[in-house]
Amino acid sequence: MSHQESLWQPSASIENLRLRAETLKQVRDFFTECGVLEVQTPMLGRAGSTDVYLNSMQSYCAGGGVSEPLNLYLQTSPEFHMKRLLAAGSGAIWQLATSFRNGEYSERHNPEFAMLEWYQPNYDLNDLMAEVQSLVEEVLGVNTFSCISYRALFNQNLNIDPFSAPLVELQRLATKNTGICGETLDRDGCCDLLMSACLEPLLGQNELSFVTNYPASQAALAKLKQDEAGDWVAARFECYYQGIELANGYHELTDAKEQAKRFAEDNQQRRSLDLPEVTADQHLVAALESGMPECAGVALGFDRLLMLKAEAKHLSEVISFAIDRA
Amino acid sequence: MANYSTNEFKSGLKVMLEGDPCSILENEYVKPGKGQAFSRVKLRNLNTGRVWERTFKSGESLEGADVMEYDMEYLYTDGEFWHFMLTDGSFEQHAADEKALGDTVKWLKEQEIYTVTLFNGAPISVAPPNFIVLEVTETDPGLKGDTAQGGSKPAILTTGAMVRVPLFVNIGDNLKVDTRSGDYVSRA
Repeated sequence: MSHQESLWQPSASIENLRLRAETLKQVRDFFTECGVLEVQTPMLGRAGSTDVYLNSMQSYCAGGGVSEPLNLYLQTSPEFHMKRLLAAGSGAIWQLATSFRNGEYSERHNPEFAMLEWYQPNYDLNDLMAEVQSLVEEVLGVNTFSCISYRALFNQNLNIDPFSAPLVELQRLATKNTGICGETLDRDGCCDLLMSACLEPLLGQNELSFVTNYPASQAALAKLKQDEAGDWVAARFECYYQGIELANGYHELTDAKEQAKRFAEDNQQRRSLDLPEVTADQHLVAALESGMPECAGVALGFDRLLMLKAEAKHLSEVISFAIDRA
Repeated sequence: MANYSTNEFKSGLKVMLEGDPCSILENEYVKPGKGQAFSRVKLRNLNTGRVWERTFKSGESLEGADVMEYDMEYLYTDGEFWHFMLTDGSFEQHAADEKALGDTVKWLKEQEIYTVTLFNGAPISVAPPNFIVLEVTETDPGLKGDTAQGGSKPAILTTGAMVRVPLFVNIGDNLKVDTRSGDYVSRA
């Protein structure tokens, strides 16, 4: 049978789809027990993520009862809508949201994927990391974990301080380790590359591994704080298991003005990089203005969690129909 | 030559890198956490045959290599060179050396059509058709009636290639083989 002829078949085995259903039940039970409310928010929104390194897919709604045609973004995560629920007084919420990121396709990416996202009012990052740990323990049976700062991770493995090292040294290291033309990269670019090429593969070999205190420039929607060296860092963590990035958590930004500023800065950077600007979410800014509770939130790649559980090599092995056969 | 951006990189694309023509073998999309995306690319240097690994920023581009592929019929070997002829009616012939031929030597059959890659007018690689029919010269005797699956054995083909075949295959049988995987497909 040729490849073309077999493309009607699912990319996941029926056994893995069964595992998927069982895991979803485990997750649902976990949150029910914690008293976290399950919600469903739109996959299409008038606004999208302005994040410079996320590409949104777009859709269009018109005709019938829609008098004004709408340009809609397929959401890259349910974050904005969920934060509006928090501001409206929902309390702790979770959902498994189908999310879309244009062009992201690899062994570990599918442009359409399942994001497990939840928010806990009055949690700090430590509370949330503990909760991620319990959930992963429940699903994967991993019961050890470690935590390291972004700075210490670079120091211990590459013998360089990502905050204070001269840019040329980071560029030299990136060139040496990956064969890239390093001088074309800025500080974040070098760090991103070293992270993905040299550091991520080392993380979470035997335990669930958390990385914290990212550079402030990589804050996205997290609060900023000063670390013990006096540098501004993002109150953010990433969680890895067996070299795979599994989750990304924030102590959430609640300041409406700062949020509006970050949207504007993102779009300014988009313009300078010749990337399309994205309609910023004014509803989110208004929700923050009205007052969103202090909270921590995390987005966990549900497909990746399954990939680890099923010991699969490719994300498509746990998705019924990956993009090449959708 | 045209330039190709990382999102156009795919297996088989010919690009220039550090002055050498290269063929892209693999292009892996990598994206750390919230950061920017990169392409981790494996390329075969078509001059040396060596495999290079390089990382590029998403959106970076490379110049296409002036490498042309032609359909050519395999004629004969003089022991040092393997001679091919263009199928476009020009009767133009090209001689490929051992290095250009590489592993394809085990799929060479007279009058079969091959894809010959020319760089600066000289063959630098020869690719076999995806499927080729070759005769079995050596294998254990076939088991009669065993046409269902279950069990396999090695068989040597006229070109010297070794493939795993079902037990019912006999010496003298013509077999259709997938040259990409080296797998037996069917009796021809």
